Amino acid sequence: MGRLRQKGTRLEDWPVSMSKIRNRLLVILGLIIVSVYALVPKTGPTGEKVPAINLGLDLQGGMHLAVEVDDPDNTLTAEAKAQAIETTLTTIRNRIDEFGVREPTIQRVGNERIIVELAGIDDPERAKAIVERTAFLEFKLVREDDNFRNALPRIDRGIVQELGAENLRGAAIEEAEPESQLSDILGTQADTAVEAAGDSTVAEPDSVEADPTADETLAEQDTGEPNLRPLTGLLLEGTHPGIMLVAEEEVPTVERYLATEALRNALPRNTELRWGAQATAAAGAAYRELYVLESDPILTGDLLQDAGPAARDPQFNQPYVPFETTRRGSRVFQRGTAPNVGRYMAIVLDSRVQSAPVIRQTLSRRAQIEMGGGSSFQEAQDLALVLRAGALPMPIRVVEEHSVSASLGADSISQGRNAFIIGIIGVVLLMIWYYRVAGVMAVAALCVYVLFVLGGLAGLGATLTLPGIAGLILSVGMAVDANVLIFERIREESDAGKTPRTAVDAGFAQALSAIVDANLTTLITAAILYQFGTGPIRGFAVTLVIGIIASFFTALYVTRTFFLVYLERRSPTEPLSI
Amino acid sequence: MRFFRNASYDFLSVRRKAYIVSAVLILVGIGSLVLHGGPRYGVDFTGGTLIQVEFFEPTSVSDLRGVLASAGMENAQIQQLGDSNEFMIRTQDFEGIVESVNGLFDEAYGDDGFTMSADAVGPKVGSELQRKAAIAILMSFALTLVYLAFRFEWRFGVAAIVATFHDITIAFGFISLFNIEITLATVAAILTILGYSLNDTIVVFDRIRENLKKRRKDAYADIVNSSINETLPRTVLTSGTTLATLLALFILGGTVVRPFALVLILGVMIGTYSSIFVASPVLLEIEERSRRKESRKGHH
Repeated sequence: MGRLRQKGTRLEDWPVSMSKIRNRLLVILGLIIVSVYALVPKTGPTGEKVPAINLGLDLQGGMHLAVEVDDPDNTLTAEAKAQAIETTLTTIRNRIDEFGVREPTIQRVGNERIIVELAGIDDPERAKAIVERTAFLEFKLVREDDNFRNALPRIDRGIVQELGAENLRGAAIEEAEPESQLSDILGTQADTAVEAAGDSTVAEPDSVEADPTADETLAEQDTGEPNLRPLTGLLLEGTHPGIMLVAEEEVPTVERYLATEALRNALPRNTELRWGAQATAAAGAAYRELYVLESDPILTGDLLQDAGPAARDPQFNQPYVPFETTRRGSRVFQRGTAPNVGRYMAIVLDSRVQSAPVIRQTLSRRAQIEMGGGSSFQEAQDLALVLRAGALPMPIRVVEEHSVSASLGADSISQGRNAFIIGIIGVVLLMIWYYRVAGVMAVAALCVYVLFVLGGLAGLGATLTLPGIAGLILSVGMAVDANVLIFERIREESDAGKTPRTAVDAGFAQALSAIVDANLTTLITAAILYQFGTGPIRGFAVTLVIGIIASFFTALYVTRTFFLVYLERRSPTEPLSI
Repeated sequence: MRFFRNASYDFLSVRRKAYIVSAVLILVGIGSLVLHGGPRYGVDFTGGTLIQVEFFEPTSVSDLRGVLASAGMENAQIQQLGDSNEFMIRTQDFEGIVESVNGLFDEAYGDDGFTMSADAVGPKVGSELQRKAAIAILMSFALTLVYLAFRFEWRFGVAAIVATFHDITIAFGFISLFNIEITLATVAAILTILGYSLNDTIVVFDRIRENLKKRRKDAYADIVNSSINETLPRTVLTSGTTLATLLALFILGGTVVRPFALVLILGVMIGTYSSIFVASPVLLEIEERSRRKESRKGHH
């Protein structure tokens, strides 16, 4: 402390030389010019005007997302997680680049979280879907053998055992009696298999015929319990032996069965079950397709080189996404499709079957993904985008989401501006009324202060948020504090009989320690706020820090210079207007 | 213009009364907290979804309730902001809420029939923020105590912390009394109050420190009292300018900022009061206690 005060107490040698005053004025003028320059709107690369001060998402509208790798059971090693986060970060960056957002923020925070900030977008939900999508693409053959059907009785028994008969849904316990003409997959009406909507291929009656052996085995092993067929009872004949239908309202029940240990154990080798992406209509009701697929894929999305642009099939008016494989991919694709011409190939995206066209010829370099019925062209475009940008290494989960509509942001800005102007006018009137000429000097210093703070925000590339505006307004009130401390001291020193010049010198010197201590403690709080805060709060902290530094400088240097000019121009004995 | 020129109020003689005032303020706050069943945390801390939506055609809370109920969101809290066409929707749920509400409104009011902002915070992030906020407030305490101990004597630091603690307790109570949600912004406001209150206290303490050196023969109580009086004009004027700007913010700042401004206004008033009626008297109490101890030692 000792040193500070000594330095501060140093009295000016009156009369202060004009060159010294001129130098001080030049420094202030220089800083004003720099601030004004920082505040001139810049022109962006594409010719649009970029505001000088970055506006936070809460002011210009946009979205803030925090995502994490989905690992609910904590099965990943720290290393695997770090790897997954790294790849996810790159993929999301690619996708957002493709999506086309100006200056997005995509960054990792801590070890397991990624923050995505997209300013000024008008459809946050769409952007979120693009970020969130795993986009894991696989091409898999639809099974046409009876292995799964043959395993069904065993699966049914397993499910009953695992879940307990009393936990099964009533309808499924009964011998299934389909209400529509669609047949239960092992039921008696197998020969009435119907055509599913929109597809020309009809199931071969042979393949769907009730499997007598299966029924027999079931009957033989029955130990007096009712013939429970929880899963089979809900599966209906589809258009192909490997494609079954489930009534839309039964989907959750079937999903529960599919998750059982029993099903996993009894599933034949190289077989998996996948849902269709969309509901289909058949016989006036909504159904969901359940596909029996080979687990080993023919081709996966990582062998894609390019996808899109999305196009529309002129005949059925259905959107589709053309794609191109890599060199290696084309060999793999060729090898996988050549022996299987005439079979169904399911295009599986994020574990859902997008479509399952027939392989008409050997595929290699180019092919296309048909979007299911009812898909919009935009969905096809978004799919092309995520396929181009690549898949996420594993599913992610949104843990935090903030979106602000642009109009709300605009309201906030205009309200903040009004409050700011009125607040400043209040302070100006109060200061001039209370301190007269000295008050005018304080007000001039306050204007310089506001300019410095705004220039500082622009120059440092800080982001102005709504709490930041509040912090700015608050700091105007507090910025005059340093002036008030000094002026009160000058008054006291004058009361004690000092001449105006010595009173001013002493006032500045004596007020210094209080100003330093008060500003530094506020600085500590601001630093903690910065450390702890996210987005808006951080903006508040940054504004506060810039405000404190600027107020420190304006009070001690700018106001002082004004006083020097003022004192220089009058007789040494004339009393101060303070 | 000059207020309180050569003021010589005997602030310390009324300190017992001030303690009662403080005790009442604190008890009112605690009473409100008990009645409300604890502080009302916003989605930032509890996790959940808060949606602010503005419709371009007039609609009503019951309309909205119907739309939301069709998707099984009967438990959502819906609140109309003034008599505007703006609504706040709150729910404890997080997963997929924003998408489904957006979809429902698209269907019911058309894609361009509304504009909405959403805050959805997962439970994990919520509890993280709770912890972080608590750490931030404690860290501010610790660091300022260290700073004050370094710059002043330790008893100044203790007195300043007592005053700050007093301010924050009362602020929390009033936040509950005015039924303001505790959000990130509220915590920022509380930390700002902490800074402001310290600022005020430090100005008075700085003067006490100075006068202690200048007037070694005077009684401690006299020095404390005249220091408060000497800094009184500054205390009043700075509070005045700060309150003026905050009042502008409160009136014109819009619905989002209003609670934030209100907390700051309360905080500035309490901070000003406490630097005069709490911090300095506590400093005197500490001083007198340690002096009594010493004189007792002297008699033995």
